[in-house]
Amino acid sequence: MSTLIPEPIPAVMIDDDVEPDRPARPRWGDGGNGRRRAMGTAGIGSRPGFLTYGLLAAFIIGGAYPLWWSVVVGSGTNATRGETLPLLPGGNFLANATKVLDAIPFWLALGNSIIISSVITISVVTFSTLAGYAFAKLRFRGRDGLMVFVIATMAIPTQLGIIPLFMVMREFGWTGTIGAVIVPTLVTAFGVFFMRQYLVDVIPDELIEAARVDGANQIRTFFNVALPAARPAMAILGLFTFMMAWTDYLWPLIVLSPTNPTLQTALSQLQSGYYVDYSVVLTGAVLATIPLLVLFVIAGKQLISGIMQGAVKG
Amino acid sequence: MTTTIRPPASGTPTPQRRSAASEPLTFRQRLSRFDVKASPYFYVSPFFILFALVGLFPLGYTLVVSMHEWDLLKGQGPFVGFENFVEILGDSMFWNSIGNTISIFLLSSIPQLAIALIVAYLLDQGLRAPTFWRMSVLLPYIVTPVAVAIIFSSAFNEADGLVNNILNVFGIPDQAWKHDTFLSHIAIATMVNFRWTGYNALILLAAMQSVPRDLYESAAIDGAGAVRRFFSITIPSIRPTLIFVIITATIGGLQIFTEPRLFDVSTAGGIGGSDRQFQTTVLFMWELAFFRRDFGEAAAVAWLLFLLIVGFGLINFLISRRIATGGDKPDRRARRARERATRGGAA
Repeated sequence: MSTLIPEPIPAVMIDDDVEPDRPARPRWGDGGNGRRRAMGTAGIGSRPGFLTYGLLAAFIIGGAYPLWWSVVVGSGTNATRGETLPLLPGGNFLANATKVLDAIPFWLALGNSIIISSVITISVVTFSTLAGYAFAKLRFRGRDGLMVFVIATMAIPTQLGIIPLFMVMREFGWTGTIGAVIVPTLVTAFGVFFMRQYLVDVIPDELIEAARVDGANQIRTFFNVALPAARPAMAILGLFTFMMAWTDYLWPLIVLSPTNPTLQTALSQLQSGYYVDYSVVLTGAVLATIPLLVLFVIAGKQLISGIMQGAVKG
Repeated sequence: MTTTIRPPASGTPTPQRRSAASEPLTFRQRLSRFDVKASPYFYVSPFFILFALVGLFPLGYTLVVSMHEWDLLKGQGPFVGFENFVEILGDSMFWNSIGNTISIFLLSSIPQLAIALIVAYLLDQGLRAPTFWRMSVLLPYIVTPVAVAIIFSSAFNEADGLVNNILNVFGIPDQAWKHDTFLSHIAIATMVNFRWTGYNALILLAAMQSVPRDLYESAAIDGAGAVRRFFSITIPSIRPTLIFVIITATIGGLQIFTEPRLFDVSTAGGIGGSDRQFQTTVLFMWELAFFRRDFGEAAAVAWLLFLLIVGFGLINFLISRRIATGGDKPDRRARRARERATRGGAA
């Protein structure tokens, strides 16, 4: 339709205030003129102003203060918590940390969490890459149907199956062992979907064809072509899987005993006494946050690009 | 065809057979064909086997458990059909937990989404040192839910917690954060918001960055102010991402457990408040299974919650489908382009 109208006509028509077939236009134009000039300062193309930085800083301080407050109270005494807005840490952090280490098997819990999260991460990344590669680049009967199945199961809250899972673990005598925490999360549908989405774009079909023509069998093609290409996505998937395994609470709480806990279940024990010394509890929270803080400093950029690329929810 | 055979690079058993004249060739070919046909199944089978064992079987078996009398210690009892479901649906504590879950979910998701949108918008303004700002926004995400629950449970302490102390400064008396139903929901929603707002802001930021800049420019030239541009261009353009965030927030929000479990352990034993005023449905299921030892009823709760989540997910999916097929974007862009052309003539 608009192709029938020659280019210059609207420009000519706008010159006079009367536009026959679109009467509303000139009035908008007048209003727009005034506003447009005002916009020049705060609009498109200008650098963000003080307000933008100020609002963002306020948001960030709001997010960081609860953490800092835990450090302050954790390094003070139980009375520090009663202060209105404490800002400076005290000198009791080591004393409180010692109390934490006495109250819960901290190092055992830390070791357990590291083992559990690492094994789950390796397993999820390995199996997701294998299956994701097959779904993205190989042709086989039933592929599309199986992929639909994977997508459908992504939304299923599998943690609602904890009751039979618990019964099975008890049957095998696995309750209380970290194996019982690892096994239910060895694979995730999300991981397969994530790797498939990444690999389908990133590996050209010609490359796989070329490898086959060169005499490489399937598994060699996987190792020499798919794996190098998949590495960035594997890193991101690994990061999120690790976070997921590390923060899990419900299942370890059910299946592990207080004597062999993960960091999360151990931390929650700190609070369960009748009298709660909050400076000790908050010291525990700070200590338990340090490992992920280290991870964040090392791999924060990957975490951000993972969130922004894949719209991942971990 | 035969030229594809090269000296073997790896120690697979097949190349050794090469010495015989033509027989090994067909064997190789047959092997290669088997390789091509079977390999995909070998690659996907670990996932499907493990997922069936640890994901689907437990979920399916939950249905079996829910149809029996089933005690944590005594084990399987007689088959009772849907009696457990009837029992649960007539239990006011179940409905209390559903109400609490939905209330906490709404209190967390709506403000969270609004603030995440604003933060994403601010991050999208071409800041200096963008990585610094993004990492700072994401900082709360690395605090685990248990640590978040502990920190906020302490901050919301009724006698001398941080929040009441700050309120006192403004002349507001101490609030009963742990005993009042609505206030406890706000406190728990605050924990969820603390951890997820920055995360969702980054997802929304990614979507905002893919909105073509000339759309904003032409709107600005048309005289649309910042607020108008935000609601008329930004929001419609990122709608699919917005819906994705809402769906994942729903699936996660309906399964909330850690925060209410740890909010008031010392006075209420961790079952969701002295009067169950903030007991969520997963927490109710947990109490049924491991405190009252009634696996049958707990399994029924699990299935009801499962249906609720699938139902919510389906509704979300249908809504997002309808919006996705609306497809008025090209029209609008064309109209804007036309308007810009006319505007350009005027200026």
